[in-house]
Amino acid sequence: MTETRLRDAMPTAIGTPPDAVAPILQVQNLHTHFFTGEGIVHAVDGASFAVHPGKTLGIVGESGCGKSVAAKSILQIVDKPGRIVDGEILYTYTDKSGRYRHENILSLPSDSRQMKSIRGGEISMIFQEPMSSFSPIHSVGNQLTETIRLHTDMDQRTAREAAIEWLSRVGIPNPARRVEEYPYQMSGGQCQRAMIAMALSTNPRILIADEPTTALDVTTQAQILNLLQRLQAEQGMAMIFITHDLGVIAEVADEVAVMYLGRVVERAPVQEIFRNPQHPYTRALLTSIPSIEAQPRQRLPTISGSIPHPQNRPPGCPFHPRCPEYMAGTCEQKEPQLASVGTNHEVSCFLYPGC
Amino acid sequence: MLGYLIRRVLYGLLTIFAVSVLSFTIIQLPPGDYVTSYIASLEAQGDEVSAEEAAALRAYFGLGEPAYIQYGKWMWQIMQGNWGMSFQYRVPVTEIIGQRLLLTIVLALGSLIFIWVVAIPIGIYSAVRQYSVLDYIATMFGFTGLAIPDFLFALVLMYLAWDWFNFSIGGLFSPEYLSAPWSLGRVFDLLQHLIIPIVVLGTSGTASLIRITRANLLDELRKPYVVTARAKGMNEWQLIFKYPVRLAFNPIISITAYILPFLVSGSVIVSVVLNLPTVGPVLLRSLLSQDMFLAGAIILMIGVMTVIGTLLSDILLGIVDPRVRLR
Ligand SMILES: Nc1ncnc2c1ncn2[C@@H]1O[C@H](COP(=O)(O)OP(=O)(O)O)[C@@H](O)[C@H]1O
Ligand SMILES: [Mg+2]
Repeated sequence: MTETRLRDAMPTAIGTPPDAVAPILQVQNLHTHFFTGEGIVHAVDGASFAVHPGKTLGIVGESGCGKSVAAKSILQIVDKPGRIVDGEILYTYTDKSGRYRHENILSLPSDSRQMKSIRGGEISMIFQEPMSSFSPIHSVGNQLTETIRLHTDMDQRTAREAAIEWLSRVGIPNPARRVEEYPYQMSGGQCQRAMIAMALSTNPRILIADEPTTALDVTTQAQILNLLQRLQAEQGMAMIFITHDLGVIAEVADEVAVMYLGRVVERAPVQEIFRNPQHPYTRALLTSIPSIEAQPRQRLPTISGSIPHPQNRPPGCPFHPRCPEYMAGTCEQKEPQLASVGTNHEVSCFLYPGC
Repeated sequence: MLGYLIRRVLYGLLTIFAVSVLSFTIIQLPPGDYVTSYIASLEAQGDEVSAEEAAALRAYFGLGEPAYIQYGKWMWQIMQGNWGMSFQYRVPVTEIIGQRLLLTIVLALGSLIFIWVVAIPIGIYSAVRQYSVLDYIATMFGFTGLAIPDFLFALVLMYLAWDWFNFSIGGLFSPEYLSAPWSLGRVFDLLQHLIIPIVVLGTSGTASLIRITRANLLDELRKPYVVTARAKGMNEWQLIFKYPVRLAFNPIISITAYILPFLVSGSVIVSVVLNLPTVGPVLLRSLLSQDMFLAGAIILMIGVMTVIGTLLSDILLGIVDPRVRLR
């Protein structure tokens, strides 16, 4: 008891903003590897990031850099043959009896009751492919009601009413009828709305949104983003928003973590990332987005080279083979660590002292 | 669902029509018309057939008239329950088939149940625990089951049953029950005799259904909706049975419709080896001796059974999958 109090009172090491609000979720040095027949894939390899209550952490990075695997690691639902091999995921919450807790949820067995109640109850997740993320042969209402009943003690009837209520909250017209429908009878946008309804129906404290708008057309994308932001404000929940699209990040994120090959290479508040990027990879990403001021037909700069497969990760800094600032003798020799370069701003690059 | 059902039944009727045309063609295949072969077979057995009798028979079946009229007359007779005479046994075809068809159906359904009960749980386990020791054992068993010919398997089991348990598994009844009246003991004796044929007949089907179940479930387990269900906080086995297993069932149901005729034709060899009175051996003999009414009738019956099996599996598919039902 005293020990918990003590630890709770201690300031957290990394990423605490100056207003000293402790993060609700803190991922530290996470390693998730896939043990395949061809070798070990270091999908997540030392990632660290933090989410603050009511705020949105945007995780950005090219496809394959381990964003989805990191998200699934938080819920301990990594696909086989993947395994979380190292790291801590510190979650701060008040349990059912009102006790304040702060614990490493990675130490909970994946099939423990506590983990199952966190999964979907405390921390919910929505996905990239809204249509195929629902079972095609169960009605949307069936799947929603099931989720609600897993995490509350509502009876079938009440849960169904709650499901209809949630469908209307996410802007699905005629919810009492649509609740009977099957996913293939809905559009992609409506499916994603239903998915959001399902994720939020348990009043989670954190929503992980893994590229929720990537598969949608631009108009629907904007609607879904608005919906998410509105509901986040209403529910007062924190959000981890994963995308490879910096434009979306600019719109939704409060803080940003830039990932490259399984690691976070830079973390900063969103304005700082856009105005004052420090890591060569972040800078390269930023120059590759089209700007309104760009000349028509002007070629976009691209990052040279392609992402190495996480199975044969380059030694030292993983970005060094593509880095314009590559320093021979340093970058391929040692692994840089995240170090502070300003207020709430951390970078992992040998250009900066302390890394 | 109703529209779907009506469509399925119509397809079924169409298939039965095709099968009946096929059976009719088979009856017509031997050189000469079948009254000639009928008379020939009667004469071979020492019977005299008068010219009037032959003419009456020809008129009866409309010989000499166009094929579609003959077909029509034959079908008309069949619908009246008159399936023609067996040249070989000299009795109406229905008399030969009737008793054997029941056993054939019992054997096929028994094997089907055996296949489902054994293959589906093993297939599910193999997929969920892919590359586990038991998965490898199941895979090995599957390939062995596919590779062993039925007749060899039947002979081996027969030998073992005799050698180890002093139990004769040929036929349907032990000698003491052969002509005894029905009693609990006789039913039990029948069941004992059915086990080996069911196992022999069901083994290769079981082996392939294990592979099919495993492959389909592995596909389904990789689908995003499984991740969603996990992320909800569901219990792993509970979610596996509610979602991916249900989806993996569609192909299993469709395949069952194809297993059924396979079981009936597979029972020919098993029945010959194990001396079982199913339609199988009769079909074999009737084809060898050009007993065409008998052969045609059996082929028609097997065809109709297959169509009924397909229809049942279609209905089942409509029940489990709304996408099939509502489109
Ligand atoms: N089931 C799996 N088996 C093997 N490798 C995997 C598996 N899932 C993901 N990976 C690997 O992990 C890396 C990160 O994947 P992911 O997190 O999905 O990337 P993204 O950032 O696009 O979401 C990829 O290189 C991918 O090849
Ligand atoms: Mg992804």
